[in-house]
Amino acid sequence: MTQARSTHGSRPRFSLFVVLLAGGVLAGCAGCTTPAPDPVPIPEEPAAPTVEPTPDPEPIPEFNEAGNPLDPESGLPLSRTFYFDFDKAVIRPSDLRTLERHADMLRRHRDRSLAIEGHCDERGTREYNLALGERRANAVRSFLMSDGVRDSQIETVSYGEERPADVGHDESAWSKNRRAELIYR
Amino acid sequence: MNIRSRWRAVAAATALTLTWSASGAGEKIIIDQGYDDQTRIAVVPFETAGGDGAGIAPVVSFDLARSGQFDPLPPENMLSLPTRPEQVFFRDWRVLGIEYVLIGRMWELGDGELATAYHLLDVFNERELLSGRLAAPATKRRDIAHRIADEVFEQITGIPGAFSTKIIYVLALDAGTSYARYRLELADSDGERARTLFDSDQPLLSASWSPDARRVAYVSFESGRQAVVIQDLVTGERNRIAEYRGLNGAPVFSPDGNRLALVLSRDGNPEIYVKDLASGALRRVTRYPSAIDTEPSWTPDGNGLIFTSDRGGRPQIYQMDLATSMVERLTFQGDYNARARLLPDGEHLVYVHRRQGTYHIAWQALEREDVRVLTQTSLDESPSIAPNGTMLIYATQDRGRGILAVVSIDGRVRYRLPSAEGDVREPAWSPYIDALSPSSGY
Repeated sequence: MTQARSTHGSRPRFSLFVVLLAGGVLAGCAGCTTPAPDPVPIPEEPAAPTVEPTPDPEPIPEFNEAGNPLDPESGLPLSRTFYFDFDKAVIRPSDLRTLERHADMLRRHRDRSLAIEGHCDERGTREYNLALGERRANAVRSFLMSDGVRDSQIETVSYGEERPADVGHDESAWSKNRRAELIYR
Repeated sequence: MNIRSRWRAVAAATALTLTWSASGAGEKIIIDQGYDDQTRIAVVPFETAGGDGAGIAPVVSFDLARSGQFDPLPPENMLSLPTRPEQVFFRDWRVLGIEYVLIGRMWELGDGELATAYHLLDVFNERELLSGRLAAPATKRRDIAHRIADEVFEQITGIPGAFSTKIIYVLALDAGTSYARYRLELADSDGERARTLFDSDQPLLSASWSPDARRVAYVSFESGRQAVVIQDLVTGERNRIAEYRGLNGAPVFSPDGNRLALVLSRDGNPEIYVKDLASGALRRVTRYPSAIDTEPSWTPDGNGLIFTSDRGGRPQIYQMDLATSMVERLTFQGDYNARARLLPDGEHLVYVHRRQGTYHIAWQALEREDVRVLTQTSLDESPSIAPNGTMLIYATQDRGRGILAVVSIDGRVRYRLPSAEGDVREPAWSPYIDALSPSSGY
């Protein structure tokens, strides 16, 4: 089941990536052919080489200097913080795509491992929040494992409400504190 | 409400707000509310020949005042300052409406020892109720004062005093920054004489006392993950006694001190375990896959545990008989009840109760479902009961900072212990301590 899901999940993403790249090249070419009304397009020529390195087979870096995975589309670091609703340990649907990318990275790099930290806002008792933080970390862990990441690649730790990202005492701070963070090793 | 009655309400509230500083060194305790009908007592400054006993009377006065049951007379209002029974003229005190007078003397015995003699007198019946003598090292002056306050309190109220007790708590400095520090602190029950038991750059929490007040157990993240530590207060020795994968939390000593209840999630989800401290044997006592079972606390007879569980969907308090493993739900009002502690009588409990989105400390009889909310602040948590069962200390917020506050079990007496710096949280009130005994370790 797990195997089927992971192979099924990765292929379409790769083809989507190729399509997007191709789209980018086409868009670039479309750009350089637009100056139709102007009959002197020669000085515009240097714009073309800037798009050329993109289709180069040179591998795009998958991790930055800090060892954190990069988004294969944007080249920017993948988000490593995932937020939760009050008193809940359910991953938000909008985070699933990013988590799939993390799973992808960890599947392709079995030497990489990470710690998942679970956190809560300050409301409620401290020990209960440690348990809730663990539940959040475990929700992320279960998702990654169902996407093919090995148990040995993941460690979870709950800090409950002990390590707030924002020390404020309002909903704005609380919403930033109810989170799971992926710490790559 | 008309203007006049509103004025009266404001005046009454102001009269109840007293600020005291026992020694001048620490932060001021703010007494927000006491009983309406307080006992009027005069604690006369002690006579001091050689030894400086001047600090005794203010500490005793303040102990009695923060119980909410006494209204001590300020020394400047006293008509005479007797230090021996034969110097007491009862009419001097009767005209001031004073019911009891405490007098005493302190002198040096040599080798750094102090002797203290004290007498408690009943003004209306013109008789001595109590007299005592203590010998203790000069460094234990505050312990002498707390001891005298304990005896006076018991003599007049019939309830043992708990002023000689200690508190431990966590002081968090620069929380939420990369240079945060967490200190486990030990102080007198009035917050004075604080000293650091352990200092870490990682979070500390859930401190609790052994019944002999010689050891404390707490949770430390010092190794980068959770561990339960037992620290000996006399030798300073520390042992990490649980450091399994997952949660290692909520340690509480059994009433006989031989076992420790704690929470581990090594089997997948948070469950309550009991560890035999002599053999190291670990027994899992809750089995509820997918539920959070946490925050255990022993029944006074050591035969059962109360704990928090969300097995019914929301956190509620349950009780388990350790012999039969029978579990019974205790709380039914509201959708968040957690971190319960039983009173010494074993018949009542206090816990964190959410009502209209705010968290308060609530009180309830075991056999009844009606809930009495004791606190009026918000984000109140970690209630810990004094060994005489009259008051509880808890953590709350004051202008965005964590502070400790105390409330009587009937909710009528309240005071706060402000701190000079940082966030103060996770208080635990000690058992009775005989600090004047050389073997106590204090």
